[in-house]
Amino acid sequence: MENRKSNVFPGILGRVCDRPCEPACRRGRVEDKPVAICRLKRVAADHRDDITARLPKAPKKSNGKKVALIGAGCASLTVANDLAPLGYEVTIFEALKTTGGLMRTNIPQFRLPPKVLDEEIGYILDMNVDLKLNHPIASLKDLLEENYDAVFVGTGAPRGKNLEIPGRYDSDRIHIGIDWLESVAFEHIKKIGKQVLIIGVGNTAMDCCRTSLRLGADSVKVMARKPREFFKASAWELEDAEEENVEILVNHSPKEFVIEKGKLVGMKFELMEYKIDANGGIDRGTVTGEKIIPCDDVVLAIGQDNAFPWVERDIGIEFDKWDCPVVDEKTMMCGREGVFFGGDAAFGPKNIIWAVEHGHQAAISIHRYCQGESIEDRLPYGLNLASQKMGMHEWSFSNNYDGATRRLMPHVDLKERFKKINIEVELGFTAEQAVQEVERCLNCDIQTVFKADLCIECDACIDICPVNCLTITKNGEEDELRTRLSAPAENHDQALYVSDGLPHTGRVMVKDEDLCVHCSLCAERCPTGAWDMQKSTILVPYAKDELADKQSLPATGSGV
Amino acid sequence: MTYIAKPKISHPGMPKNKLGLTSRDYEGAVSTLCAGCGHDSVTAAIIQAVFELGIEPHMLAKMSGIGCSSKTPAYFVSQSHGFNSVHGRMPSVTTGANAANRDLVYIGVSGDGDSLSIGVGQFVHAIRRNLNMCYVIENNGVYGLTKGQFSASADIGSKPKKGEANNQEPIDAVSTALSLGATYIARSFSGDKEQLVPLLKGALMHRGFALVDIVSPCVTFNDHEGSTKSYAHTRQFYHHVIDIDYIPPAEEIKAAYAEGEAMPIQMHDGSTIVLRKVDRDYDLTSRASAFKYLRERFNAGEITTGLLYLDESRAEMHELMGNIDTPLSRVPYERLNPGSAELKKLQGRYR
Repeated sequence: MENRKSNVFPGILGRVCDRPCEPACRRGRVEDKPVAICRLKRVAADHRDDITARLPKAPKKSNGKKVALIGAGCASLTVANDLAPLGYEVTIFEALKTTGGLMRTNIPQFRLPPKVLDEEIGYILDMNVDLKLNHPIASLKDLLEENYDAVFVGTGAPRGKNLEIPGRYDSDRIHIGIDWLESVAFEHIKKIGKQVLIIGVGNTAMDCCRTSLRLGADSVKVMARKPREFFKASAWELEDAEEENVEILVNHSPKEFVIEKGKLVGMKFELMEYKIDANGGIDRGTVTGEKIIPCDDVVLAIGQDNAFPWVERDIGIEFDKWDCPVVDEKTMMCGREGVFFGGDAAFGPKNIIWAVEHGHQAAISIHRYCQGESIEDRLPYGLNLASQKMGMHEWSFSNNYDGATRRLMPHVDLKERFKKINIEVELGFTAEQAVQEVERCLNCDIQTVFKADLCIECDACIDICPVNCLTITKNGEEDELRTRLSAPAENHDQALYVSDGLPHTGRVMVKDEDLCVHCSLCAERCPTGAWDMQKSTILVPYAKDELADKQSLPATGSGV
Repeated sequence: MTYIAKPKISHPGMPKNKLGLTSRDYEGAVSTLCAGCGHDSVTAAIIQAVFELGIEPHMLAKMSGIGCSSKTPAYFVSQSHGFNSVHGRMPSVTTGANAANRDLVYIGVSGDGDSLSIGVGQFVHAIRRNLNMCYVIENNGVYGLTKGQFSASADIGSKPKKGEANNQEPIDAVSTALSLGATYIARSFSGDKEQLVPLLKGALMHRGFALVDIVSPCVTFNDHEGSTKSYAHTRQFYHHVIDIDYIPPAEEIKAAYAEGEAMPIQMHDGSTIVLRKVDRDYDLTSRASAFKYLRERFNAGEITTGLLYLDESRAEMHELMGNIDTPLSRVPYERLNPGSAELKKLQGRYR
């Protein structure tokens, strides 16, 4: 349940998330690899018992407000998750015959089994949400004329980019990546030629190449225009594709499709060379030659665009030069009052976790809007600090540093996995792996709280600190202070913590948080209790907290 | 006492010494002393000094007796030699060890009880024979291990945690060493590593008996108001007389010193000690004037710190005895023990 608070789809995101959290993980500062946060979320989701009794339920009596959500993807479902329990009558309109949007149509089943989708989406639909499948909205204007109190648009970025080069329309073996994946998902397409080229190296391209291998392709090449360091795909998705013997060719820029006797036989590429400057910038490149690579099918996976042919341009919604609606980043409302956007539909293709966040924010706005309150004036984030001391040397968190390296995700073996298209490749962490991986966490939520007036400057904390992050010295400007610390403080993005003047000498305690592993030894060695380890909980307000706030109930703000 | 060991992770930017080791490589077991004990800071200062000098761990011998202080050798340079001897008997054990292997660097860590009460006889004789060692006294004025009775270094009028104030004369390790002819005498404070680390480096490299008397507060039994060995009292009455910079052999003196305020002194191993005179009138080469100065400041209630006496010219134990340069431990057994016939011959000379 904790897992589900901010991240409505832990089982889904625990498998397919873009993991923006992992590059930020501080474990990456003390060794190479961050904690496998994403796959640990999956562990928590997969090993749950029946949680249905604990899930929020729709009240018996509605609050009389009706909300329409367009698209049954992750953004809309999050809005429904937040609003239905508050008594809103929520209706979801979905053009396709299934829920989940891109999560179901574009992510192959060998990465995200339908069972996981059905379960987690089911939790939300069971909150008395009215789901209308096969129900495309042809006109937003018409929908607005029905008596909904608010409308949310979560239709994603459904149009795959095309490649307008010679030969594009001379064969039916050239596919648009996301459309092709959708056809595969719905079993309209069940096979592909022996030799397949994938154009583009984003995460969609990785899904396309791995899907091709499961539909009968022998040789799959991913064609990249630029060198590897400029790839858009996540490093782990590249690794997973390469593990399946997908070949990735760099510096090949598509020139034309080679058609012989009306049949696609290959594709011509320009071989490129690039200059990369000192800042890592890349130039436009120069052509050094040409090469034809034979193929039976080509899948284009070079990006997605938004498409709103069903949104009239005269109903008060402003569109920018990329034909995207202008949406407020905080409230998610567009120029027309009562119409909200979220997910890829709002600011172009991002990822699932952003869509969920948009959904949460839009739900708050819709709630305030429907209650006649200002949508700008939202509850602020809160912060709670609580000591974790349990005894002389006992803490309510695992404080010891574990030097283990990142656990490797076990995979189904390379022969077995191709037998069927829906064999999930990742097996999930074993119990032992999960325990070990959790121990790698440096407990960044634990704060080292220092009370200057208690300090007797005995140096015990400084002497014991394994990563030399503490110093007692004369105060100074931060830049100058950095040069006088126990160890070099070179991460300028991380501000130094500086205490008030200490009682004996007026010097200050300085902490460079950069590499602190929260081992608690400073607090254990402190004779006066000047150091304490306190758990910080960020209280993120959701729509239900806005309601609780108005009803003068204590806000329950949920931790992340 | 802490349950978890200090994590085996360190700052990637840590400096390395000439052996390619970091200061973490000179650590020992996790301290079992009270949290906040001054002795742990002294331990950290010793680690820093030995690390900066680049002493190979197997060339260091840690000697101690009994007491809180005498536990501390367990907490630094775990890969060196060590001997935890009987109460107050560390000086004679060190004398024996040094007699057998004069090539090792000897550091003895003792306390005010171990050196000035039960072991005072051993202490003074080690000074007399100018034993080549660094002798550290972690001085807190109480017997911490037996729950805080006054020790021989407690000042008159110093109040205990409970009971009556002390009214017996204290034994001052520095004045005692001065009167007995120690050749390197320093005093410092556990809470002042800037001063302490160079003093320890000089003491480790000095040829002869080097005393470093360190005020090292007992956070449990002698850190209250009315104590003259508390963190607060020491900070208030603490007085630097001569600070030093230790410059290793073959390294240039880089720091800029104001004219007349710095005096370099060449040491036997080729290193240099630069004296930074905080009090220009102080003469650290004269026992008589040093004694007078120390007494005056003591009567004024001040704690005089820094390098207080230095004599690089006096011969140490092996030289006084006319021993060979090779450590006896490396002399072949046949030469060390010429046999009963030779013994008889020798005895014959005294018949």
